[in-house]
Amino acid sequence: MKLEIKDSPGQLVAALTPISEFGGNIIAVIHQREPESSSDTLGVQIVLEIAQERLDPLVDAIRRQGVGILRLGEERLLHRQSVIMIGHLIRTDIGDTISRIDATGSAEVAELNVHMPSIIEPSTALITIKATTRPEMERALALLREVAAEKDLLIVEPVGEMDR
Amino acid sequence: MRVAVLGIGSVGRGVLRMLAEKPELGLVLTAVSDSSSASIDPSGLDPRDVLDRKNLTGRCGEPGLGAGDVLASDVYDVLVELTPTDARTGEPALTHLRTALARGHHVVTSNKGPIAADLAGLEALAAERGVAIRYEATVGGAIPVIHAIRDGLAGNRLGEITGVLNGTCNYILTRMDDEGLTYEQALAEARELGYAEADPSYDVLGIDAAIKLVILANTCWGLSTTLDDVAITGIDGLTADALRLAASQDCTIRLIGEASPTRGLKVAPRVIPRSHPLVIEGTLNAVMLSADMAGEITLMGKGAGSVETASAVIGDLIAIRERGSSGG
Repeated sequence: MKLEIKDSPGQLVAALTPISEFGGNIIAVIHQREPESSSDTLGVQIVLEIAQERLDPLVDAIRRQGVGILRLGEERLLHRQSVIMIGHLIRTDIGDTISRIDATGSAEVAELNVHMPSIIEPSTALITIKATTRPEMERALALLREVAAEKDLLIVEPVGEMDR
Repeated sequence: MRVAVLGIGSVGRGVLRMLAEKPELGLVLTAVSDSSSASIDPSGLDPRDVLDRKNLTGRCGEPGLGAGDVLASDVYDVLVELTPTDARTGEPALTHLRTALARGHHVVTSNKGPIAADLAGLEALAAERGVAIRYEATVGGAIPVIHAIRDGLAGNRLGEITGVLNGTCNYILTRMDDEGLTYEQALAEARELGYAEADPSYDVLGIDAAIKLVILANTCWGLSTTLDDVAITGIDGLTADALRLAASQDCTIRLIGEASPTRGLKVAPRVIPRSHPLVIEGTLNAVMLSADMAGEITLMGKGAGSVETASAVIGDLIAIRERGSSGG
């Protein structure tokens, strides 16, 4: 999510302290002076990653520090990952496969591109999953692997992605 | 240095040819055996004669003699074990290697079976007898990856190994990607070109790649993992659509072996960006090592072939001559 605060003395430190206390991961602090803005509304943008359930308590904590939050741009489902799935996708109820990922609440199927050569041959799909955090993506993929094993589907995962 | 060779298949022929063509190496052939005969001469055999006899009669020496006679002759400094691989038991090569080591001879092998089955045991035996065991030719054909791990990257801590370890699979996947072929079409083509065996399952099911991964992992981290410790998925279930969908993401699919001391060993087809160093064409092999001092190192080259694999065997022989028992 993106957090914009007023650029006045002490505000940045006051905003950053609760972020680390709540286990948030700061991705970037962008401190930009826009010449056309009037000097007292300059903002600092903080981009951070945090578990969904800790977001509201964090915002409260930042406000309690006396930091004025100008804008809160929340982008849920920060991580995207595509995998290829091969097998009898339709016959094994692709709707169920998708809803089991969606039911996690922290990950969802964002895109699905299915190729079906013929009714008897296995079909192939590119499935894109979005998740809030990396560990949640890992859990979603583990769940997908489980569903695939159960339905005799082959999953082709990207190389390296999960390790970095 | 006196050399005894067991097994005259593709690699054995390559080694004998190079011994004939490169007398300056100073490697003298004193004994040789194939599955039905053997020839032993402490004063030296002409590798050209051995090859001619093999081509003419199908035998390299006298029927009635065999590997056991060669081993017991003790007319060699190094035993070169090049017999066919048994992926599960490593036999009979494992017994050949143990026998030679126990009799106080160095050993060099291209045989994956025994190295994957019991590298630690063989190394312990070699150390006890003060001799060397080397096996560069077991992984990646001509690519000097074992040398790189043991010598070039000595003192580094290796974090993970990733590699394209089977040329047959890489050829099939390259063709599926380039020409939109189905798996069956690409496999038929690989067979026609001699890149795939009549029974391709050892390659396409990922077993060959897995056994090489076991050898690399055990070499890097001194582990005793076996084939049973590898999570293996082959390429036989891949569709032409899978390659097309990967291409739509500027990626392709390759059979990748992956090992790390913490996350274990895995061989599976993987979606991989086209710009990745492991995306190589045709029957090539590649290994990527991540090391704490050196960073990432990628080695790429011919993963099979008679003379290419002989290069790895001869490199090992010369290393042993130059360094003696520490050559292992």
